Amino acid sequence: MQLELQGITKRFGSLVANDGISLSVTPGQVHALLGENGAGKTTLMNVLYGLLQPDEGEIHIDGKAASFHSPKDAIGAGIGMVHQHFMLVPPFTVAENVTLGIEQVRPGGLLDAGRTRREVRDLSHRYGMDVEPDAIVEDLPVGIQQRVEIVKALVRNASVLVLDEPTAVLTPGETQELFRIIRQLRAGGTSIIFISHKLKEVQEIADTITVLRRGKVVGERKPPATEADLAALMVGRDVQLRVTKAPATPGDLVLSVDSLVVPAAVSSVHGTPATASTQAPVNGLSFDVRAGEILGIAGVQGNGQTELCEALMGLLPVAAGSVSLNGKDLTNATPRARLDAGIAYVPEDRREDGLVGSFSVAENLVLNSYDRKPFARGITLNLSTIAANAMARIKEFDVRTESPAAPAGSLSGGNQQKVILARELGEGTKLLIASQPTRGLDVGSIEFVHKRIVEQRDQGVAVLIVSSELDEIYALADRIAVIYEGKITGFRPPDVDAAELGRLMAGGTDLPNTSPPEDAVSEWEAQ
Amino acid sequence: MSEPAGTKEPSGERSGSAGTFSQIFAKALEGNTVTVTVLAIVTAAVVGGLLAAFTNPVVLHAPAGAIIPKAWSVVAATYVALFEGSIFNPHTVAALFQQASLPTAVHDGFLGAVFNPLSETCVAATPLILAGLAVAVPYQAGMFNIGGQSQLIGGMILSAWLGFGVSMPIVIHVIVCVLGGFVGGAVLGWLAGEIKARTGAHEVIVTIMLNYIMAYLLAFLLSSPSLLQKPGSTDLITPDIASSAHLPQLFGNGIMRVNAGFLLALACAFGAWWLMNRTTTGFELRAVGANPSAARVAGMKVEHAWVLVMSIAGGLAGLGGTAIVLGTDFAVNPSNFGTYGIDAITVALLGRGRPAGVVWAGLLFGALTAASPGMQSQANTPVQIVQVLTSVIVLFVAAPPLIKTMFRLRATRARGVGTTMSKGWNA
Repeated sequence: MQLELQGITKRFGSLVANDGISLSVTPGQVHALLGENGAGKTTLMNVLYGLLQPDEGEIHIDGKAASFHSPKDAIGAGIGMVHQHFMLVPPFTVAENVTLGIEQVRPGGLLDAGRTRREVRDLSHRYGMDVEPDAIVEDLPVGIQQRVEIVKALVRNASVLVLDEPTAVLTPGETQELFRIIRQLRAGGTSIIFISHKLKEVQEIADTITVLRRGKVVGERKPPATEADLAALMVGRDVQLRVTKAPATPGDLVLSVDSLVVPAAVSSVHGTPATASTQAPVNGLSFDVRAGEILGIAGVQGNGQTELCEALMGLLPVAAGSVSLNGKDLTNATPRARLDAGIAYVPEDRREDGLVGSFSVAENLVLNSYDRKPFARGITLNLSTIAANAMARIKEFDVRTESPAAPAGSLSGGNQQKVILARELGEGTKLLIASQPTRGLDVGSIEFVHKRIVEQRDQGVAVLIVSSELDEIYALADRIAVIYEGKITGFRPPDVDAAELGRLMAGGTDLPNTSPPEDAVSEWEAQ
Repeated sequence: MSEPAGTKEPSGERSGSAGTFSQIFAKALEGNTVTVTVLAIVTAAVVGGLLAAFTNPVVLHAPAGAIIPKAWSVVAATYVALFEGSIFNPHTVAALFQQASLPTAVHDGFLGAVFNPLSETCVAATPLILAGLAVAVPYQAGMFNIGGQSQLIGGMILSAWLGFGVSMPIVIHVIVCVLGGFVGGAVLGWLAGEIKARTGAHEVIVTIMLNYIMAYLLAFLLSSPSLLQKPGSTDLITPDIASSAHLPQLFGNGIMRVNAGFLLALACAFGAWWLMNRTTTGFELRAVGANPSAARVAGMKVEHAWVLVMSIAGGLAGLGGTAIVLGTDFAVNPSNFGTYGIDAITVALLGRGRPAGVVWAGLLFGALTAASPGMQSQANTPVQIVQVLTSVIVLFVAAPPLIKTMFRLRATRARGVGTTMSKGWNA
């Protein structure tokens, strides 16, 4: 199916989200749509999917004009969409989710569950997706849930599949699996529209790359296009893809973590359900961070990084081991005591843990200092100081918000992250813990965040970066530690090659004859 | 208070697509507030009028040609009675001017008669405002307090006991009783908050159950002569409150029953606004309500906030009970907690969870309550229909916030969708 978008324009009030965008998708191709957040990628896809009506322009399918008034029309025309956040019913099985809305009925009104199961199994087999029709969706890892969404689209005979930021929620391993599936789909004649702001991925998977900026097509490239070229197109200026930094000059020991064990929480802050296994997410982990250095913790997501950060902030209880800051024991300190001791924290999930979305930017900037001078006067809030602080911080960190009173939830991801940094990076910071600090941010914002983090290091702050993006680790770390199943499998200098890190991330250790993880678990259980 | 999302202007190319779209929608809803409320009241008045007219025997048995005029007169009489019963009655003004002189008029209670409908409205509004605040304040902290009734009863019991069982000097006695009423309610609010904080039991279930527990506990106390029952009485009633514990009437000991309880309610509404918006504690409570996990990361004690806000809420509802006991009824029986605890939810909803809104909503409810006897007697509208009418008005007036609540619910969900569809939140 040849899909053409011709001169699509979509306006929201005075804002032109899509400005005369034309796009042509050839069958059996992976067409990447690259652009920063807010460039209009998703608006365009919502127009294509019938969720929005274009103000101008036409959609042509195989040369004929088509108009979609709802996703139903689009699905009928062979367009499938996998949203960034999945549209699945968690307690239902895979087959039930797939059949939802197009239930196969046998005579007598009974569900033909067997037929759907067969279809799911066939598709899964054909494209190497390994999706079990009877599995309950909420038990499946994110990567598999995404495949369920793909199967859903394929069952509805999609010949153009739109994937909206499909890798945002995936681990590097899952991303490679997804790419394998995409290649198989392409080989089978399905066209893929791949929306992303990640340069590397787009280069790896796309046959054609269309770059959007501020609602317009600013260029079309075929791989191999250089990253610098694509980044400049996206942002509209040359971007420093890796911050330049002087070699670290490590000073005194600031953070010392010794044999830390964090048991699986019954319900953590996020209610991550405890699994049946008694494997502690953080299982005897030790490292140090010195003033003026950045320790990067690399590892595949889900190896205890989240629990490590939460335990360091006092959000999860510690079962064994110790945490100390500048020689002071903080193992069982409250979050407040840790903040007071000079720990700044940039949480992994900024919307959930970093900001109160309905609060103003000004309020979010004092979220952990509202009850201290100068923002509090006795028991009352000093509103004028809070406002003045907001103006100063917004300027200093170049937060793009129309006013300090705008709700933080209305800001772009990059600007939300700037608000958090502006709050956390103040005077008196001794240790900065930043978890996935640039996840979901566009190239320009990544550059900004990285610069600020290096700046902190140069001012003598000890920095701990936890990231599952190797690029980020390489860009920032002065020392790299690799985490695997809640343990550090090795420390490496920043010039280590990726293959070695990959080996450590997969569980390879420094010394082959150290005790295997199982022993450590039982040791801990014995305690 | 943070600005609602709706006030955000689309800011050029940086803002995103559906983010802006939903903002425009939210803005439309926000902007329409006053219009929508006025329209709702008008619609309710029309529907209520039709209801009053076509349930009236005079209209139902009228000959075909006379139905419309008869219906019109019934509707007019109903609404005239509503107005006269809750705001002011022209006849009393006329009576006032027929008096020989103003001093004799005042002395004979004619001036009091003029302002009596307003006074009655305020009297009826007092517990509604206080109990409404008990729902609105925790709502801002993310808690849904259905326990207004239990907390109101708690306040009634303690303030009544202090009122009849203890003798104290004149001014001090009433102050102690009022404080006691606050404490009596706060204990029950605290209990619900503490249970949630320690065990995670949902406050809605806990507070609903506490309502039953307190209602039956009150009945038990009132039937036990050694406890609260009036000595020598077989009725379920407490002894009379000592006059030193009465809340002073605002305009002397005349016909007008409006008392210091009403001022207390207004002061509490202002206090609630000040607490939530101007103090560090309020900041914390609102943050916990809006995003508990970010609040926790920012070093706030979420469970502590739950307990605190429920205690404050309980105290406010307790004051509502106190105002009834010390202001107008001067004794406790098993019915004077009425349905205030449940009406409070509607009042809070109608007031959009904001203290000033709760005051207006409480007054509207109070007016309907104050006018219902007159609507029965003058317009011959049966009491059930007056109640239906009240409910219809509330239903319509409450509909915009209901719609808004539903919209918000969908907005939260749609935020997931919006993120998907257009990354509304970060665009």
